[in-house]
Amino acid sequence: MVKPTRVTNSIRALRFAAGEMTQADLADRIGVTRQTVIAIEQGRYSPSLEMAFRIAHVFGVGLDAVFQYQPDS
Amino acid sequence: MPIGQKRAWVMMVASALAYTVYVVVLLTRRDGGPLAETAYVAPLLWTVGGSVAATVLAEIVIAVSSRREGKSAWRTDERDREIDRFGEHVGQAFVVIGGLAALGLAMLEAGYFWIANVIYLAFVLSAVLGSAARLSAYRQNFQPW
Repeated sequence: MVKPTRVTNSIRALRFAAGEMTQADLADRIGVTRQTVIAIEQGRYSPSLEMAFRIAHVFGVGLDAVFQYQPDS
Repeated sequence: MPIGQKRAWVMMVASALAYTVYVVVLLTRRDGGPLAETAYVAPLLWTVGGSVAATVLAEIVIAVSSRREGKSAWRTDERDREIDRFGEHVGQAFVVIGGLAALGLAMLEAGYFWIANVIYLAFVLSAVLGSAARLSAYRQNFQPW
């Protein structure tokens, strides 16, 4: 059983804020498949640090504006 | 569908189909006699060859259809590579189990039939379960850590 990630993200909201950028557009800009963008958005895959920075760079925001960590309460 | 996922489907279906054909041919040839005395070499080689040929053919079909979809259809990324590594890891376990089982059978001086068949089964399980692990990783939650 794979542990669910505690990392959440705001990619969907950021895409819409960036002129309704499609998942395919974002995938092209960071050099991954659309399925990988979908998996990241849905929290089914945690990207590498480098890919996380590339995503943040596309939206022109900091890493913590894209990814958030939910620690144990 | 990512190209890695298509390849996993091809590998799983071709291997499972080839082994099913092999078992059916073997049981048909048995004709009431002992299984270990059934002529297995030709069906084994033909089904392995058939599986390889079917995989190559399917790869060509995938390549042609991907060309129509454009450059992005060929793209593989870190997730694809990590899933591929995970599938290899799962598949390798069955190759090791098969090798150990064959070693045990050789030490027990079992017939060539059983040694060859346990190795073939291990290869098939490696391909089928390694591919199933890849497909599961593509569809469900996959965290590489």
